Amino acid sequence: MNSRKKRRLAFVLALVAAGGVLAAAVIYQLGQNTMYFRSPTDVATGQVPEGVAFRLGGLVAAGSVARGPGAQVRFAVSDGQHAVPVTFKGVLPALFREGQGVVTLGAVNGTGNFIATEVLAKHDEKYMPPEVVESLKRSGHWKEGEQ
Amino acid sequence: MTGELGQVALCFALALSLVMAGAGLAGVRQANAAARGIAVSATLGLLVFTALAFGALTYAYVTSDFSIQTVANNSNTLKPLIYRISGVWGNHEGSMLLWLLVLALYAALVALLGRGGPRLTSGAVGIQGLLAVAFLLFILFTSNPFLRLDPAPFEGAGLNPLLQDIGLALHPPMLYAGYVGLSASFAYAAAALMVGERGWARAARPFMLLAWIALTCGIALGSWWAYYELGWGGFWFWDPVENASLMPWLIATALLHSALASERSGAFRTWSLLLAITGFSLSLIGTFLVRSGVLSSVHSFASDPARGFFIMVLIALAIGGALALFALRAHTLQGGASFEPVSRETTLLLNNVFLVAACACVFVGTLYPLVLDAVSGTKISVGPPYYALTFAPIFFALLLLVPLGPRLGWKRGDLKAAWRALYPALGLAGVAALAVLALISPRTVTATLAFAVAGWLIGASLLDIRKRKGARASAFAAALAHAGLGVTLMGVAGTTAWRSEALEVLGPGQTMQVGPYILRFDGVARVEGPNYIADQGRLALMDGGKVKAMLRPEQRFYPAENQSVSDTAIRTTGLRDLYVALGDDRGQGRFAIRAYVSPLAPFIWLGGLVMALGGILSLFGRLRLRAPAPEDAAESQAQAAE
Repeated sequence: MNSRKKRRLAFVLALVAAGGVLAAAVIYQLGQNTMYFRSPTDVATGQVPEGVAFRLGGLVAAGSVARGPGAQVRFAVSDGQHAVPVTFKGVLPALFREGQGVVTLGAVNGTGNFIATEVLAKHDEKYMPPEVVESLKRSGHWKEGEQ
Repeated sequence: MTGELGQVALCFALALSLVMAGAGLAGVRQANAAARGIAVSATLGLLVFTALAFGALTYAYVTSDFSIQTVANNSNTLKPLIYRISGVWGNHEGSMLLWLLVLALYAALVALLGRGGPRLTSGAVGIQGLLAVAFLLFILFTSNPFLRLDPAPFEGAGLNPLLQDIGLALHPPMLYAGYVGLSASFAYAAAALMVGERGWARAARPFMLLAWIALTCGIALGSWWAYYELGWGGFWFWDPVENASLMPWLIATALLHSALASERSGAFRTWSLLLAITGFSLSLIGTFLVRSGVLSSVHSFASDPARGFFIMVLIALAIGGALALFALRAHTLQGGASFEPVSRETTLLLNNVFLVAACACVFVGTLYPLVLDAVSGTKISVGPPYYALTFAPIFFALLLLVPLGPRLGWKRGDLKAAWRALYPALGLAGVAALAVLALISPRTVTATLAFAVAGWLIGASLLDIRKRKGARASAFAAALAHAGLGVTLMGVAGTTAWRSEALEVLGPGQTMQVGPYILRFDGVARVEGPNYIADQGRLALMDGGKVKAMLRPEQRFYPAENQSVSDTAIRTTGLRDLYVALGDDRGQGRFAIRAYVSPLAPFIWLGGLVMALGGILSLFGRLRLRAPAPEDAAESQAQAAE
C-alpha cells in the first residue's frame, strides 16, 4: 500500500466514522424532538401523559372563548366527541375564530388543562390543516367535501 | 379569446418541446449538425409560445376575466393591479406555468450562449426539452390554468390576503429562478455524461451561479416576509416548506465549490456531477412537498392526489434516469488530479462534506414525519431544537474553515503561511467576542462564539479584498459572499440571544415597556385600504414626555376573501428593530399588543443580500473571461494523454 492509498483509506475511514456519529446524533435528536399529534379524544381518554409536549388539533368549540385576565385566553378544542380546555397567553392569529380549525402546541398540566405555547390557525378559508381533518375523521365528524 | 389563445400556445409549446428533446439528444452525435440547428430553433420557439401562454394568463388576470376558472378562484376586481399580476403565480396552475416559463428562459440561454461546444449544448438542450415535455404534460392534464367556467361569476373569490404582499409577490419567481436554474446544471451534467465532456463544469458555471443567486434572494425574501407578516417576530421556523428551499441551496453551494475544483484542478469531477443531479432532484422534491398538499402550509394551494402522483413519477424518472446514466458513463470522465492533504482541494472537500451533512440533517428532519405517517399513520412533527442540535453545529464547523480555503494553493498549500496571514482576522474575532462579553447582557456562550466566528469571517474577507485589489473578480466575489455569511450570522445570533418581548392588554392612554422603549397606546382607528378595512392601532414611541414616533400596526379584514390578516409595524435603526403587532380586541377599547425588540435583525437579510452580490460579481467577472485560461488547456491535454 503506497502512501497515497493509505491516506485515502484514512480519509474514507474518518468519513465513515463522522457519518456514524452524525447518524447517531440525528437519530437521538429525532427521538428527543418529535412532537406527536393528538386529537381531543386521545387527551380525554387519558392516552396522553402529563407534561409531555404535543400538538393538539381540532375545531375551536363554539362559545368557549374567554379572554382575560391580562393577555390570557381560554378556549376549548373539540373534535365533536370531546373538548379539551386550552389556556394560552399570547396574541391569537388573525384567522382564529370559533368553529374553525386550529392547531395548538403545548402540554397537559395536572388539572387536565392544555397549556398552549403556540396557536396556529388555518391559513385561509378553503384550507383545513391535515391534523384537524385527521382529528375529525377519527371522531367520525368529518364529512368529505366539507372544505 | 385569451384563454383559448393560451391553451393553443401551450399545445404548440408541447410540440416544440418534443422536437427540442428529440433534436437536442440527436445532436449529441458529432455528425448531426442539422439536428443541433433544429434544437436551437425549437428552444426559441418554446420560449415564444410559453411567453405567449403566460402573457395570455396575465392578461386574463389583469382584465379580471372570470370565465377562466383559475382567475375566478384567485382574483377579484378589488385587488390592486400589482396583486392581480402576482396572483398569476399565487396559485398552483399559474405557478406551474411560471415554472415552465423560467425553464424555457434558461433553455434559450443555454442554446444561445452555446457554452462548452455544440455537442454538449445540444445534449443539455435535449434534456431541458425532456423536462419541458414533462411539465407541459403535467400542466395540460392535471393543472390547466385556462379551464373555462360557465356561467362566469360576476366577481372572483380573491387571493389569500397573506399573499397580497410585495415580499411574497416577488418570492416565488425568485425561488423558481433558483429551482429551475438547477435544471440547467442538471442538464449540463447529464449531457456531459452522454458526450464524455470533462469541461462541463466550466460551461455550466454561469447557470449554477444564477441559480444560487436566485435561491439566496428567494430564501431571504421568504424569511423576511415571514418576519414582518406572520407577527411572531421569528425569521425561520424550520417549516418543511422552508426546508424544501434550503436543501437545494445547500447543495447548490456545495456544487459551486466542488465545480471550482473540477474546473481549476480536475478534482471531484464525478462528484460534481452527482451534486448537480442531487441539487435538481431536491428542487423537484421540494416542488412535490410544497405542491402536493402533503404539508400544512400557506404554500399548499390544493391537494390533488393526481398532481402529487405525477410529480412523484417525474422525480423517479429524472433521478433514476440521471443516476443510471451516471452509473453507466461516469467512468469516462474520471481521472481526477491528485492533491496534497494541505491544499485548496482539501478545504473544498471539507466544505462539501459539511454542506452535504447539513443537508442530510435537514432532509431527515423534513421527510421523517411524512414517512412515519405513510408507514404507520402516526402524525408527528420535528421541532426546531432538532435542527439547532444537528444542522447548526455542522454549519458552525463549516464557517470556521471558510477563511482558510482561499489562502491555500491548489494541489499543495502552506498551512502555516495561511494561518499567519489570518492573524488580523483572528484578532478581529477576539475583539468581537470580548466586545460582546463586555458590552451586552445577557452573556451567552453561543452568541459570543457566533460573534467571534462572524469577526473571523468578515476579517478574513476584508484581508482578501485589501490584498487582492485589482486581482481576479472571482476572488473578490468569494470574499464578499463569505463576508455575507458573517453578517447573517451576527443577525441570527443577535436576535436569538438578545430579543426582548412584551405582551400586554392596553386601554387607550396606557403604556408598556419593551426593552429600552416605552410605548403608549393611543387607541384604534378604522382605516380603509384599496381592498380591505383595517383596525389601525396607534402606538406612540415615547422619549421622556415627548412622542418620538408613531407605530401603526393593523388588523386587516378583506371582505372579498372574508379573511383577516395582521400587519405589523416595524421601526428600525438598522441595528435594532422595534416590532409591534396588534392582537385581538379585548373589549372597551382594550387590545392585546405584542412588541419585540430584535437587535441586529436587519443583518439577517442584509447578509443574504451581500452573499447574492458576491454571486452577481462572480457571474459578471466570469462572463468577461469566457475564453479558457491557458493553464486549463495545457491541463486537459495532459489528462487526455493519461
